[in-house]
Amino acid sequence: MKCRKCGEKAAFNMPHHKLALCREHYLEWLPEQTERTIHKYQMFTRRERILAAVSGGKDSLSLWDILWRLGYSVDGLYIGLGIDGGIQYSDESRRMCEIFAGERGLKLHVVDIPQTYGRNIAQLADATLRGAKKPCAVCGLTKRHVMNRIAREAGYDVLVTGHNLDDEAATLLSNTMNWIPGYLVRQGPVLEAGRPGLVRKAKPLCRFYERETAAYALLRGIEYIYDECPYAEGTKSIYFKEILNKMEADKPGTKLNFYISYLTAKNNGLFSSQADPELEMLHNCPTCGQATTAPGECTFCRLISKSSSNLENERC
Amino acid sequence: MTVRLILRSKMFEVTAGMTVRHSLEKAGVPLESVLAIRAGEMLTEDEILHDGEEIKLVAVVSGG
Repeated sequence: MKCRKCGEKAAFNMPHHKLALCREHYLEWLPEQTERTIHKYQMFTRRERILAAVSGGKDSLSLWDILWRLGYSVDGLYIGLGIDGGIQYSDESRRMCEIFAGERGLKLHVVDIPQTYGRNIAQLADATLRGAKKPCAVCGLTKRHVMNRIAREAGYDVLVTGHNLDDEAATLLSNTMNWIPGYLVRQGPVLEAGRPGLVRKAKPLCRFYERETAAYALLRGIEYIYDECPYAEGTKSIYFKEILNKMEADKPGTKLNFYISYLTAKNNGLFSSQADPELEMLHNCPTCGQATTAPGECTFCRLISKSSSNLENERC
Repeated sequence: MTVRLILRSKMFEVTAGMTVRHSLEKAGVPLESVLAIRAGEMLTEDEILHDGEEIKLVAVVSGG
């Protein structure tokens, strides 16, 4: 297979774009397309300060690398979750982020959950029914809270995450299978801040397949954590990704079409704002100041309160 | 006349002379879920695999 731009041997093929490229041209193509995505969805400008949430994985480190190469003002945020799983998962993922930032002279914020809140993610999950079976829901809740908090405290204009098209398509499929109106209305490349306490969020890699971001990381020589989170096995998102990949194998472009058609339909008014009444009724948490759907403390602050009282009981 | 495909702790043996795409089908590994690497070089799905080669498969699907 030959590179469409130079005719040399191709390193990577994208059947859904009918495009094969050599290493050199692929490493040009992906940042160019990322820039187009940033402009298309008006994500941010070079005058704004960007905080990239990084996990040590292929997507977030590729995103940080691309934005840095494109000349954006972007720092990183790593959240240490205290996950070991026999592979020192959190320690290793933090090491990847620190190597990445160190090699490029970039600023990396680090928030260690066990140090900050006295418990790791699994222990926090044990304190609530949300984490009775798996800590993933509590992990997501914690990461969203901390990302927003650090972005606000440090004065960033926008928070970016490495969500790729497979992530977005799997979420969309899950929300569609369950017809969850609020989530279907809100999903998109940009989540505007909307009210005090929230920071604007953007997903510049939302139009790239997971395979494309992995190819970028490998071809660019980015060292990232290959191991999957020990808690990810058997998750719903992986189940939906596998289904979508079977469809993609039969018909290249299925995943891209599913997501892009959804965005178009949404922009054309498929969903009414009434479908998401929670968005109209947001309150500010009296403890942390972040937005919450019900009056009183937000879910995260209630989780921390409950976990702290459990910890005190254990000590008595 | 075999080729070894290594995916994390798993190993698959396939017949030499097949393409990457065909070898993954034989091993039951979805093409969309991996990238194939031979001696540090990323391979497209039409690449022919030769006897004695060891191909590293990098998993690309993450979740959670």
